[in-house]
Amino acid sequence: MSDIVASNETIVVVGGGISGMTSALEAAECGKQVILIEKNPSLGGRVAQLYRYFPKMCHPTCGMEINLRRAKHNRNLRILTMAEVTEVTGEAGDYSLKVALKPRFINENCTACGECEKVVEAEFDDEFNYGMSKRKGAYLPYNMAYPQRYVIDERIIGTEDAGKAKDACKYDAIDLDMQVEEIELKAGAIIWATGWQPYDAGKIQPYGYDRYENVITNVEFERMADPQGPTDGRLIRPSDGREARKVAFIQCAGSRDRNHLRHCSRICCMSSLKQTHYVREAYPEDGMVDVYYIDMRTIDRLEDFYKKVQDDEKVAFIKSKVASITKDKGDNPVLHGVDTEGGKRYETPYDMVVLATGMQPSVNRDAFPIDIVINQDGFIEPDEKNGAIFASGSAADALDVNRSVQHATAAALRAIQVVNKAAGIGV
Amino acid sequence: MSTNTAMVEKYRNNFLKEVETNVEEGEWVKMCMQCGVCAGSCPLGNAWEHPPQEIFMMIRAGKREDVLTSDSMWMCTSCYSCIVRCPRELPITHIMHGLAHYAKRLGIQPKNNPTQWFSEVFWNNMMRKGRVNELRLGLSLYFRNGFLSGIRESLKNAGLGRNLMKAKRMSPMEFFGGHGVKDASGLQKIINKAQELEAARIERHGK
Repeated sequence: MSDIVASNETIVVVGGGISGMTSALEAAECGKQVILIEKNPSLGGRVAQLYRYFPKMCHPTCGMEINLRRAKHNRNLRILTMAEVTEVTGEAGDYSLKVALKPRFINENCTACGECEKVVEAEFDDEFNYGMSKRKGAYLPYNMAYPQRYVIDERIIGTEDAGKAKDACKYDAIDLDMQVEEIELKAGAIIWATGWQPYDAGKIQPYGYDRYENVITNVEFERMADPQGPTDGRLIRPSDGREARKVAFIQCAGSRDRNHLRHCSRICCMSSLKQTHYVREAYPEDGMVDVYYIDMRTIDRLEDFYKKVQDDEKVAFIKSKVASITKDKGDNPVLHGVDTEGGKRYETPYDMVVLATGMQPSVNRDAFPIDIVINQDGFIEPDEKNGAIFASGSAADALDVNRSVQHATAAALRAIQVVNKAAGIGV
Repeated sequence: MSTNTAMVEKYRNNFLKEVETNVEEGEWVKMCMQCGVCAGSCPLGNAWEHPPQEIFMMIRAGKREDVLTSDSMWMCTSCYSCIVRCPRELPITHIMHGLAHYAKRLGIQPKNNPTQWFSEVFWNNMMRKGRVNELRLGLSLYFRNGFLSGIRESLKNAGLGRNLMKAKRMSPMEFFGGHGVKDASGLQKIINKAQELEAARIERHGK
């Protein structure tokens, strides 16, 4: 790893999701030297875990393929996976970073043939499927993973499995002695594209996410709808595998709530409307959906999408924040509350309930390796005090993919201006 | 008067202002976003004519009569489920009690509501000596509807009374005076002063 050349004309992008990839590619395609740092074994982030995009209902894998092609062919871009920034010092135009590289235990020889995966026995929760399925201790994070290279889970190091994997490899790609490596980088500007994580639904006590199997979150439902996901694309109840034909969505599960996240997460209304399509497409005859909401927030042209869903007579909208969920004898979640349009109390059982959980920044406000201005919701503020550290995408605010990409491009432009200045160009 | 101020005047909601000035925690009413989680969380929800979320909307719609003469806020048992779940942290329980208190101050509370009758009995009972006289409180509750039904009620609850006595939570001697705080007249002075201040405040704000 000693061949990484970085100077104060380099832009470091932290986070390899859609925002980080966009910032890195835009800057690299402008001829700037870019280093993209990703904590996980592959690029793609949360977007790679989505089944389809709103409003066009197209597949994120498509755009992903384009971005990966751009990345592979760009000589200005260097990608480091399983890497985490541990320290940042300096000021605009002159930063020093320390980066810890975690061992992958697999080197560049890997052809992703999958022989190691076959012989390893240990299984762990599959992070890519939010723990809804298991994966082996030697694994490819997901089909389109880039770099297309396997990973040995550090939990099997020192066990019999590790030796079996090494013996199975025909290409001498497994190196069980890899250690954590620390490298130092220089940078003129840093882009934080550290993204978001779903709010912990277990904290919303009355909804019983931690107690009822058939109460799931929207990100889990997204994996369920994916034909390559944990259920092969079948919408089924986790408790008994029965088809989930009658589904309720609860909006603002954790968002716009001073007990949880104060902000509106912006994406959940559209994501639930999108997910009503999944139910209706899986069960065109008798699939039915109720959406419980405070306000539906579908701005601008997205309103058309909302109108179309409203036209479907099998999808109902109930203006009410659900008070609590209980479970009946058939393991059906039962929703309790009051319909604020008419004041009627309801007590309605469903096959499955999807909580439209909100977005929260994936980096805790105390965990940033350098002092920067962060707002009350944990997102990075655009502030002069941040020097040449710029937020990109959902590290800056709760944004959908469209707006994240716009934001990421703007961040790239800001960073380019700083490194241009450092190089003495055009100021 | 400009068009703008004319429109403001047209939509000025006097009752919301009245509530904000006179009702304890009333200034929170405008913060409600009508999600309905309080209504759904209320364990006595079925017994209410109007759950909190509806009461707040009625205040904002200027339905003064309907709100203040309603028995809804008198049904609140202070379980605090609504406060715990309110996404905007409104002190709903306190607002309900504030509304009930204000209605009573105006003398337009529902006269036959048992909760407001009991509250008054409780207050008078406690103010005599600064401690609640359980025996007298219980008896005044049982004998509320006359002598015969009082005897019936008392016999029905005799077991409870015996257990209270066994646990030293109630003494038959309470009938003759009963226990109190060390300085009951001092306590009464404090309360009188507080009521004086409250009266002066009401005087200042009108109503």
